[in-house]
Amino acid sequence: MDEFSLYVLDITMNSVRAGAQNIAITLREEGEWLDFSVQDDGCGMTEEQVARLHNPFFTTRKTRNVGLGIPFLTMLAEMTGGNVKITSVHESVSAEHGTKTAARFGRKHIDFIPLGDLVSTVTTLIQGSPQVNFTYDHHTEKGSVHLSCAELKAVLGDDISLAEPEILAWIEGYLKEQYAELV
Amino acid sequence: MLFSELTDLSLKHIAGPAAEEFDGVYVGDLLSRAMGHVEAGNLWITIMNNINVIAVASLSEASAVILAEGVALTEDAEEAAREKNISVYSSEKSAFTLCAEIAQRMGGV
Repeated sequence: MDEFSLYVLDITMNSVRAGAQNIAITLREEGEWLDFSVQDDGCGMTEEQVARLHNPFFTTRKTRNVGLGIPFLTMLAEMTGGNVKITSVHESVSAEHGTKTAARFGRKHIDFIPLGDLVSTVTTLIQGSPQVNFTYDHHTEKGSVHLSCAELKAVLGDDISLAEPEILAWIEGYLKEQYAELV
Repeated sequence: MLFSELTDLSLKHIAGPAAEEFDGVYVGDLLSRAMGHVEAGNLWITIMNNINVIAVASLSEASAVILAEGVALTEDAEEAAREKNISVYSSEKSAFTLCAEIAQRMGGV
């Protein structure tokens, strides 16, 4: 994974697999840091599961669909002077369950990697799970990029899937246009 | 090829069982890439030393990991190597020198 967008895809897929209906992806570039978070209303994890997330063997051996995602994310974060914080409420504990994965990266650190193709990452996610309400916010020092699937659905109505090629093409263009304005 | 044919490279055995045989070599430090490129039976030369290295070696069925440039394993990685039977060696040499010496003993690449 030599581009950051692949980490975004990987971590967000955890939320999709957790059965989330709403997933908020946020990137904030400010000063030295890139703060990245994915917040979902999926099934959540128990405290025990969260404690084991950093151990690659627990996850791979139990084929829990988490794999090396969190260990790799943590490695990249720590390598660049940042960290990863995961908070989660399991569905057995509260009706307001879900997981928040928040990671900080030294975006100017020599070991940090290019952001990669975030627009493709977001459209790929929507194409794969059009039923999920993704919110995507990328704040930079030059401005922000915003997309809300729930807002799109409110306009388009319930009969139209966001995975329709025309809709996806529109979303791609909408994001690219916003990125173009950041220059 | 028998791992014992590398005896004169003075590799230091630091964790897991002794390596017996290997079939090809992979060199690289980006673990996500190594995961897709280390083939079963390969020696894997890297300077990364955390527990994720052991996980990748285990998933890809590497025959042994060689840590170059005198790198040591972290404590939890050492324990994982023992538990998962991953052979780990270390060497003061660079990855390049190790590759060159191993390639020579393999009769070329």
